[in-house]
Amino acid sequence: MLGKTANGLYWMFRQLERSENTARLVEAGFRMALTRQASGQNEWASIVRTAGCDDLYRSLHDEYGADRVIDFLLRDSANPASVCSVFQQARNNARMVRPALTREVWESTNEGWLCLKDLLAKPVKQSELPNVLATIRQRSAMVRGAWHGTALRNDIYSFARLGTRMERADNTARILDVKYYILLPTAASVGSSLDNVQWESILRSASAARAFNWLHGGETTPLKIADFLIFHNQMPRSLVYCCADNVRALEELAVLYGERQPSADQAQGMLNELTEQSVEGVFKSGLHEFLSDFLTRNNALGVQIETDYRFNA
Amino acid sequence: MFFNEMQDENGDAREPYENYCKWLKDKDLSSLRKKSREADAFFRRTGITFNVYSEADADERLIPFDQVPRIISAREWSRLSKGIEQRVRALNAFLHDIYHGQEIIKAGRVPESLIADNAALLPKMMGVEPPGGVYTHIVGVDLVRTGKDEFYVLEDNARTPSGVSYMLENRETMLHMYPELFSGINVASVSDYPLNLRRSLSRCAPDACTDKPVIAVLTPGLHNSAFYEHAFLAEQMGAELVEGHDLRVVDGRVAMRTTLGYTPIDVLYRRVDDEYLDPLNFNPESMLGVPGIFDIYRAGGITIANAPGTGISDDKALYSYMPDIVEFYTGQSAILENVPTWRCCEADALAHVLENLEELVVKEVHGSGGYGMLVGPAASKKEIAAFREKLKANPAGYIAQPTLALSTVPVLARSGLAPRHVDLRPFVLVSPDRIDITPGGLTRVAMKEGSLVVNSSQGGGTKDTWVLED
Repeated sequence: MLGKTANGLYWMFRQLERSENTARLVEAGFRMALTRQASGQNEWASIVRTAGCDDLYRSLHDEYGADRVIDFLLRDSANPASVCSVFQQARNNARMVRPALTREVWESTNEGWLCLKDLLAKPVKQSELPNVLATIRQRSAMVRGAWHGTALRNDIYSFARLGTRMERADNTARILDVKYYILLPTAASVGSSLDNVQWESILRSASAARAFNWLHGGETTPLKIADFLIFHNQMPRSLVYCCADNVRALEELAVLYGERQPSADQAQGMLNELTEQSVEGVFKSGLHEFLSDFLTRNNALGVQIETDYRFNA
Repeated sequence: MFFNEMQDENGDAREPYENYCKWLKDKDLSSLRKKSREADAFFRRTGITFNVYSEADADERLIPFDQVPRIISAREWSRLSKGIEQRVRALNAFLHDIYHGQEIIKAGRVPESLIADNAALLPKMMGVEPPGGVYTHIVGVDLVRTGKDEFYVLEDNARTPSGVSYMLENRETMLHMYPELFSGINVASVSDYPLNLRRSLSRCAPDACTDKPVIAVLTPGLHNSAFYEHAFLAEQMGAELVEGHDLRVVDGRVAMRTTLGYTPIDVLYRRVDDEYLDPLNFNPESMLGVPGIFDIYRAGGITIANAPGTGISDDKALYSYMPDIVEFYTGQSAILENVPTWRCCEADALAHVLENLEELVVKEVHGSGGYGMLVGPAASKKEIAAFREKLKANPAGYIAQPTLALSTVPVLARSGLAPRHVDLRPFVLVSPDRIDITPGGLTRVAMKEGSLVVNSSQGGGTKDTWVLED
């Protein structure tokens, strides 16, 4: 496979994943704004931070009004991380790697882009927002579904999978990091249940509310939420799950290519360290520090993968 | 009067169209229109678009597709394909001769100045032996029709002819829309073109190739107007789609950067012009090519398809010599006729052309895509006057031809079925031991009433082309 093709596949799936995650973040924020008017601005500010585009936002706007943030995150072409921008980049990558895609994957990507381009051509009214957000999630899911159903399980599959998991781990860590102050036990809240709306927002952002409730029967504590999103090995958006899947994908590449690369060791190292820790330990030594460290290492793994598999040179 | 390919003077279906017209009789306009919208949606979804540079946001546009097929009988095709094969053989022989002994010039059949001073001649190809002796691996021969048995070659495309993806996708679309038509009518299949292309290119592998040939398609990139076609062909052939920066010269071979390091390529189907192919040997500014690829080519390390320098064979200044060229190399007179052509570099011809501008089509010798030409009967007095000055200033830059009464095939227009002018570009594959011609080709159609310009860059559309089987 061409290095360029590996690069294109990896980023195509990162971008698709990001479009879905951004839609989910907006959804969580919107819901929160509906249920409590007072903290609206704060909530939207934290969502922009989670999306990782706060600097750009502040250079363009001076307040965090709902409509403005929603527009910025969904359709602003000046924002390279807006849903519109990332889906277009995903589709351009798909065009670039077209020979590596099945017809189903290509068409679902192309149709997804055509549909979203239409949907996001004008500012989205709040009355339409739930539908628009659902469509964004569906379009990304359709590509992933077509890919699961039709892609050859070779290196094409591995690079697409790596892109998806790397982006997902990054996203989950960000959600937790921006909200970590809510999860931290304070004198006042020790032993008490978390603010309902806040914890729901965290879980919703990671599409984990239902799974969490199902596993924990409604018993919501900061420890349990953090444990679920960091350490649960069946939760497909948890850090451990994503890391373990990266290890699997890199090992498969090593077998396929008959050559083990440094990134495989790096991913294994990340996973080992994660699984040796416990949520209690993380809280004790500092959740924010833990998450910052994770994000840095996740990034470094991405860079190593790009080097190992000659994405650009 | 223009020759209507579907109907005779009495309004009855001509023989190749009989079955189709029988089927069409029961259809109403609104259901046909609905199918047209379906076809558009199909093209959009598949992403069969071309990029338009001038548009603000690099728009992707659909080439209009018309659902009424263009139908050619088995007998008509048999004659056309013989003529095409003969012409393509002659083109290859001519190229070999021009870049070697130049016997045709010595024999006085083609003027030396026309070759020696021609910008399309690539001096670096002198004496170079392309793998398998093939210069034009892929050729598009543009044909027009003016009567029942009157076909002319309008031009040859021996550099990087495009449009074959439309030929294939038009058929896919028709199969999708009207499967019942194909069970009732015996239409020759075109779908094995990509596989034939792969086989044909493989047979042209260079000496350096020791295993199954590795084939790649070289594209200028995502923003090229024909990018869709490049990606489509790579995907359909199971070849890699590469850009210049994916390639470099490694150990005497041209190699592509893979996830495992550099791997040699045997055959490069390039969709990049000669000039941009190699910044070390040609245009030093080129970012699209591979530094040093031409040296590897010359040493037999890679096959470049089509070979560099083939432009000398489809140059418009040489076009009028094609009947001589065919005869010189095949020993037979040309089966397919040339359009009568005045060479404006000759004084008599120029005088005639200047006197009859309002009736002639005048083309730039180095122009393409329907740009820079004058269609006399369709031009205003002012346009003709302006063109006259351009022509006088540089007569050698132009050729002129009579305005051909191009045949028509109906399209589904607003008012219903209405005749529009068409041409035909069959695609030809050349390998050392054989020539493959896909039955039919790409029919281009001028969508505007009365217009003779079929180029997609100027609003032309396409049709599915059927060759009937006996």
